[in-house]
Amino acid sequence: MSQTSAHGSSEITAEQVAHLAQLARIDLNAEEIASLTVELGQIVESVAKVSEVATDDVPATSHPIPLQNVFRPDVVGETLTIEQVLSGAPEQADNRFKVSAILGEEQ
Amino acid sequence: MAHADEITRLTASALGDKLRSGEVSALEATSAHLERIAAVDGAVHAYLHVAADGARQTAAEIDRKRAAGEQLHALAGVPIAIKDVLVTNDMPSTSGSRILEGWIPPYDATVVRRVREAGLVPLGKTNMDEFAMGSSTEHSAYGPTHNPWDLDRIPGGSGGGSAAAVASYQAPLALGSDTGGSIRQPAHVTGTVGVKPTYGAVSRYGAIALASSLDQIGPVSRTVLDSALLHDVIAGHDPHDSTSLRDEWPSMAEAVRRADVAGLKIGVIKQLDGEGFQPGVLARFHEALALLEKNGAEIVEVSAPSFEYAIAAYYLILPAEASSNLAKFDSVRFGLRVTPPGGGTVEQVMAATREAGFGPEVKRRIILGTYALSAGYYDAYYGSAQKVRTLVQRDFESAFGRVDVLASPTAPTTAFKLGEKLGGDPMSMYLNDIATIPANLAGIPGMSLPAGLADEDGLPVGIQFLAPARADARLYGVGGALEQLLEAQWGGPLLNRAPDLAPAEMSAAEEGAI
Amino acid sequence: MDFDKALELFEPVLGFEVHVELNTKTKMFSSAPNNFGSLPNTNVTPTCLGLPGSLPVVNEQAVRYSISLGLALGCQIAESSRFARKNYFYPDLAKNYQISQFDEPIAFDGQVEVELADGRRFEIPIERAHMEEDAGKLTHVGGSTGRIQGAEYSLVDYNRAGVPLVEIVTKIIYGADRDAPELAKAYVSTIRDIVVSLGISDAKMERGNLRCDANISLSPRGSGILGTRTETKNVNSLRSVERAIRYEIQRQAAILAKGGTITQETRHWHEDTGETSAGRPKSDADDYRYFPEPDLLPVVPSPELIEELRAALPEAPAARRRRLRADWDFTELEFQDVVNSNLLVEVTETVAAGASPQSARKWWTGEIARLANASDVEASSLVAPAHVAQLVALVDAGTLTDRLARQVLEGVIAGEGSPQEVVDARGLAVVSDDGALIAAIDEALAAQPDVLDKIREGKVQAAGAVIGAVMKAMKGQADAARVRELVLERAQQ
Repeated sequence: MSQTSAHGSSEITAEQVAHLAQLARIDLNAEEIASLTVELGQIVESVAKVSEVATDDVPATSHPIPLQNVFRPDVVGETLTIEQVLSGAPEQADNRFKVSAILGEEQ
Repeated sequence: MAHADEITRLTASALGDKLRSGEVSALEATSAHLERIAAVDGAVHAYLHVAADGARQTAAEIDRKRAAGEQLHALAGVPIAIKDVLVTNDMPSTSGSRILEGWIPPYDATVVRRVREAGLVPLGKTNMDEFAMGSSTEHSAYGPTHNPWDLDRIPGGSGGGSAAAVASYQAPLALGSDTGGSIRQPAHVTGTVGVKPTYGAVSRYGAIALASSLDQIGPVSRTVLDSALLHDVIAGHDPHDSTSLRDEWPSMAEAVRRADVAGLKIGVIKQLDGEGFQPGVLARFHEALALLEKNGAEIVEVSAPSFEYAIAAYYLILPAEASSNLAKFDSVRFGLRVTPPGGGTVEQVMAATREAGFGPEVKRRIILGTYALSAGYYDAYYGSAQKVRTLVQRDFESAFGRVDVLASPTAPTTAFKLGEKLGGDPMSMYLNDIATIPANLAGIPGMSLPAGLADEDGLPVGIQFLAPARADARLYGVGGALEQLLEAQWGGPLLNRAPDLAPAEMSAAEEGAI
Repeated sequence: MDFDKALELFEPVLGFEVHVELNTKTKMFSSAPNNFGSLPNTNVTPTCLGLPGSLPVVNEQAVRYSISLGLALGCQIAESSRFARKNYFYPDLAKNYQISQFDEPIAFDGQVEVELADGRRFEIPIERAHMEEDAGKLTHVGGSTGRIQGAEYSLVDYNRAGVPLVEIVTKIIYGADRDAPELAKAYVSTIRDIVVSLGISDAKMERGNLRCDANISLSPRGSGILGTRTETKNVNSLRSVERAIRYEIQRQAAILAKGGTITQETRHWHEDTGETSAGRPKSDADDYRYFPEPDLLPVVPSPELIEELRAALPEAPAARRRRLRADWDFTELEFQDVVNSNLLVEVTETVAAGASPQSARKWWTGEIARLANASDVEASSLVAPAHVAQLVALVDAGTLTDRLARQVLEGVIAGEGSPQEVVDARGLAVVSDDGALIAAIDEALAAQPDVLDKIREGKVQAAGAVIGAVMKAMKGQADAARVRELVLERAQQ
């Protein structure tokens, strides 16, 4: 890993990767953080070239085929049965999904 | 068993004819394929799940309907393999990930529903790179698929399972998904046909999303006509998918039957013809062009200067959308749950689950995507990538102003060895998609079909055709024509030259699909 | 710190985010029913659960409602508006992103006129109103309080996940000064009136149909320097809005006066204690990584649609009140009495049914409000405005005295029919036949022969005894004023 970290990864730090992992809710171990720091550096270096041609006069394209005003009528459709809803639940109680204690406040 | 072997070698179209005439029953067709799977899939590992009982029941039902004189679809009774990216209410749907191991969704993807309604018989779910992230199927959590042409080599990805299944006669048809080439590149390395339809032509409802603005579902087969027949089954508007087009589509099968290249203007993209491409790949590509020219097509060179930036844009847009699409795998409503030792808050459980449930490539792309969308980086990365997308579209627009279709090799190289490109700089793997990615960025349709074998390694080479958005039928026209011309030269399908996967060698893997 | 003291030192600066749940039949992005009170996880489709492969599709009615609301808030409607993903992990958020709007909201740049109790008016500037989806509902189990802290585990119900919301965000509000608490209440109340008059939300704060987050900061008086703000959440009644603002002003002032600093944070309002408590600090962790929702397409409302919805807008509540007060010729006090008793609609309809504004007001804020109060129900549930108008007409025509009319009202409330039907059934009409009255007076005078003399001597109040006797004999169905006239006439003979 260290031989590749000499170039390209200067922009990405291990702290940054750890922060991104926290945002993405992945409990990366130290080894993963180290290798991802290098790899991310390499990738970021090669993808950063997009800004070379992305000048102000070029509009962004979010959808490959432009459409607009795609709506659904306000009409009730089929719903899942409670058995279907809970069929994949790792844990459940009282017809609801059960999760362990939540730290922090509601959003 | 000779009879069963004959059945599995039939194209979907030919099998459909025999089913209609009563020469073969749907149950016989299904059983023949299940036997083939049992015989060879231990070595190929195309399937993650084989629904033998369900397939037999479905087939028997088709036979019953046919006996009762019901009007059935031309493909009714023809078996089909389904990429595991598509949800099925009677088979596990894992998208190649440990985090969804064993998950049976409570609903069918729209394309799965359409395939069932047409009377096709789902045989099982095919292997893929985890969440379709990869070009080799080596990133499947359930082990790689092997290329039927050389079991030590990759079958392409992410849809290596679907391509290998049809290439090894374990199904005449398969469904795939193509986000940056995941249908076309596996077709290229396995000597099969794969089509990425126009974005929005086929519903994405029930396709486990990788990158929503790039994903498209499409057919995988051994012949252009078979892809066309399946395309006709799955295409069409779906109110469950907001990006689904309302167009009335012409019959793709008709386009194949009318195939003719006389007067067709074919553009060769300068940027995808030369540097970085294996000589054997380029040789077959140029021979194919010469053949088309000889038969009345006009070959024109076109330039697409923005393609240079396409991979970079793709590897920003895809991870960004994927990082958000994959957030739903959190251990609350479905899938894996891993609780840290001694318990933990829901936040810790989510993080431990995602750490344990995602493979390294998925983590890499989620972290990259999270980075690209973060405050302060959005404009430079994601925003710029969306602008490159505009430039790529403009390149296509100007090219299609001059030509009817574009052509390129489907991928730079033939199938590389399993393990060869794992580890090291991830960008080297990403370069496999250089020729296929632009179509996804622009939403246009693309097809890969066999162009021959590379001289240096004897492995299949594909040629890619691209058409303007909504002009999918043009691909079937030119693809069907070239296929006829090439097969006339070869004296039969390219796959006839693939090594025989002698069942005797396969005894080691009797357990079959997981 | 004492509120007055706090206001001597500091000027409050406000901002509000009000979430309005739309009462569409289905959810924002799925055809699951938008119902309150169903069994857990029964109003759910794959999309509501964020199942792999599921996709959102926009509810057209929710878009129309949002545009109407935007117009009612005086906003401009965006030529092109789009959805964005707001990414954060939370177990009530099925996809771990919320589909919302970010840089292109459906409506922006509006203003809402708000009236304080004393009739002063305020313009609240609106930054934007955008469409989004609601989250599911968490129930915290274990621990003593049912709150999140100390709970052993939580249960998630996704019935509410995906219910359409419009979030209305104000610009920074300066100059509220000591009216800040009342202004906050009046603002939320006005938003409620607007959505109710549009018919787009049930607007029940106790059910969370209407939720207010209040941003407050203090600026040292005259300094022009903006202070650090806090965002108070979970304010679920009009009264709480007022109390929470007042509390937060006092809390912040106390800290600042001691030289302390305010932490930029989310705070939670506790109805029981009347206090706010610290929640999450606002930090870089709130990196929502917004990006355009790739599964949805831009909303581009046609000018025709916008004009259609604009033409159908009800009158703005503040303008309507102004107009009504002028039309009815009420004093400020009389009008506020009606408004504060929540009887504006009833009085309006009673007037529309033909009653004079003053009679309508007197009946609704008087006898009907008293009866409603006594039985602890809403006045509007007791009697229909049309019946009140009929009652007024009967009194005006002299068919009923006020006293009889009260009896008739009781009959109407008891379900005996319209006022006329009660009059007929109970035989309650005023006896207007002078002959019958004179006969009764003669009889009363026979029993009290000295009364006429007393009246003639100037002791007019002596008539009362005869009037009382006559009214008693007539079982109340006489017009006391007429009886009095007749008695006085007799004394002059």
